[in-house]
Amino acid sequence: MKQTLYDKIWDEHQVLVNNDQSSLLYIDKHLIHEVTSPQAFDGLSMQKRDVWNTETIVAVSDHNVPTTNRNLGITDKISKLQVETLINNCKKHNINYFDLNDINQGIVHVIGPELGITQPGMTLVCGDSHTSTHGAIAALAFGIGTSDVEHVLATQCINLKKEKNYKICINNILNDHVTSKDLILYIIKTIGTSGGTGYTFEFMGDCIDNLSIEARMTICNMSIEAGAKSGLIAFDDTTLNYLLKRKNCPSKIYIDNAIKYWETLHSDEGAVFENEIVIDADKVTPQVTWGTSPEMALSINEKIPNPENFKTIDKQQSYQRALDYMGLQPNQDIKSIMLDKIFIGSCTNSRIEDLRMAAQIVSGKEIAKNIKQAIVVPGSGHVKAQAESEGIDQIFIQSGFEWRDPGCSMCLGMNEDQLEPYERCASTSNRNFEGRQGDKGRTHLASPAMVALAAIKGHFDDITEHM
Amino acid sequence: MKKTIIKGQVIPINESNIDTDIIIPKQYLKSIKKTGFGPYLFDSWRYEEPGELDSKVSRTPKSKFILNKKPYSNGKILLVGDNFGCGSSREHAVWAIKDYGIDAVISPSFADIFFRNSIKNQLLPIKLEKQNIINLFSECLSSNQYELTIDIEKQTITSPNNEIIKFDIDANDKDRIMFGYDDIELTLKNKDKILSYENNMKKNKPWLFKRDNEK
Repeated sequence: MKQTLYDKIWDEHQVLVNNDQSSLLYIDKHLIHEVTSPQAFDGLSMQKRDVWNTETIVAVSDHNVPTTNRNLGITDKISKLQVETLINNCKKHNINYFDLNDINQGIVHVIGPELGITQPGMTLVCGDSHTSTHGAIAALAFGIGTSDVEHVLATQCINLKKEKNYKICINNILNDHVTSKDLILYIIKTIGTSGGTGYTFEFMGDCIDNLSIEARMTICNMSIEAGAKSGLIAFDDTTLNYLLKRKNCPSKIYIDNAIKYWETLHSDEGAVFENEIVIDADKVTPQVTWGTSPEMALSINEKIPNPENFKTIDKQQSYQRALDYMGLQPNQDIKSIMLDKIFIGSCTNSRIEDLRMAAQIVSGKEIAKNIKQAIVVPGSGHVKAQAESEGIDQIFIQSGFEWRDPGCSMCLGMNEDQLEPYERCASTSNRNFEGRQGDKGRTHLASPAMVALAAIKGHFDDITEHM
Repeated sequence: MKKTIIKGQVIPINESNIDTDIIIPKQYLKSIKKTGFGPYLFDSWRYEEPGELDSKVSRTPKSKFILNKKPYSNGKILLVGDNFGCGSSREHAVWAIKDYGIDAVISPSFADIFFRNSIKNQLLPIKLEKQNIINLFSECLSSNQYELTIDIEKQTITSPNNEIIKFDIDANDKDRIMFGYDDIELTLKNKDKILSYENNMKKNKPWLFKRDNEK
């Protein structure tokens, strides 16, 4: 029987099939953080239950942590309690926890792959929707709610119905300065924000084959923005070379067997996908979102759409609402919109390649006068250290950026890194929802290259014409 | 205790892609409890000023927003557009809806993680055909008072003029809504099978069974 990559990992982890055709799936790796785990641990202690296997869990605080003055600790009392609750739960259950001052600390979806905690063929869960990121390492990874966090802590398993397979084939290669962020925004725009609901994506084709693991992570990360809980990419030499450099890569005695297994992690020729789309990478241009859903994206040379041009009243209303929230007019040139803040960071785009890309653009230039604040938040302590060893921090600082400590930061604004009402931000993050980066704040999503150029210009511009 | 009937005022919000950031904004995710999120449901649509967790500062309700109008403020059933609950996996969104007093959400489609979180918390997510949704919106919006009766067991929705709409729901999901199972206890009934799977994998893929990042 020809199988997809998803079919293979699914079958490999099936403990049993329930009478309703759902499966009890074994979970190899469980990543936890401070925001979605406290109630799960509470549930365990109320029922006097233990953690099934503490070795499978890695914990880190990332969502609700300061990105400045770490030496002062967390000053916000409520946030402090949340982080301390995680620390105490980890102590109680002997769970691996990376402290705020540990070089391993960072955004959970950055540190998993970076430390080699994420490995091919694994099932991996986390109480965070961007867990799909880890699919770039050929791991079946998906976000879960807190009840499921508790369930996995207690049983090492999850009851799930299998999703359908969705093949996203990307032919050709991306043009210069067009990035995997532009590609995934283009895909989301094409299939819509619920186009992948009920499916697991597998990204494949020449374009994917030629991308680095970090670039692939950006794509898998935003699968959820098209509705799919998981996005997978097959194991290949790029994956292997990435893994061999990781601290937690299987040791010498196991590596040959591990590789033998990993090499099976691709869809068989002729495997059945219930849905399929073909994208031509050559047609992808730099993308910027204009609205309040990631599907509301435009090529940099397009104009803001006119809601009247849409057929259904539903769509007209939602587009008008998005325009009103964003303070924009139909047919406006996206390049004419002046920006207030710049955010380079998040589990989507805060890895070393992202920072290198942005630094190259701002190098020797200053941020525009209308930019009130520009921050770079590296994805992890290791990314930060690497960037500093390359002098990237100094490039940013000399251009007028603030160089911060690792965390989720302004992607969701749980800490103090937020937009003020009506401020407009060019952001490398993943969601442009109403209020996401701050109450009444206005978010435009784009690639690190496009956001860096926007910082210098004070507004978006076409990166392909500037390099 | 078995729960089979949900009866009450419908709260119509005719918007697609209502994301979990809208249902419950991030500042309330600092709570380490499962309760007390009801006052913050749809927070930025509901109040003029942004709020803070456990703040006693009184805020100005936005008079146009439906939850600030009677009889909707006492509603039990949410009626919404496509792709409800998209975005973040935060279960806080479901906790906020339940804590407010809402027991069912009717939509043409739900985001996957939200749907699952709903079932886990006995919030009934009902998927209906688009035409049924359009009809419900138009009936609901044409009369102020609009109550529906949902019979979970029979899988029916009864309108004020006694029209009946059937809905589909997975049999196990239905049981979970009615009885609120302890899923962990159910799974642990298969403890032996999990252990035997695990032991097998320890032999086949031993590299997976080690503590990460040991110095």
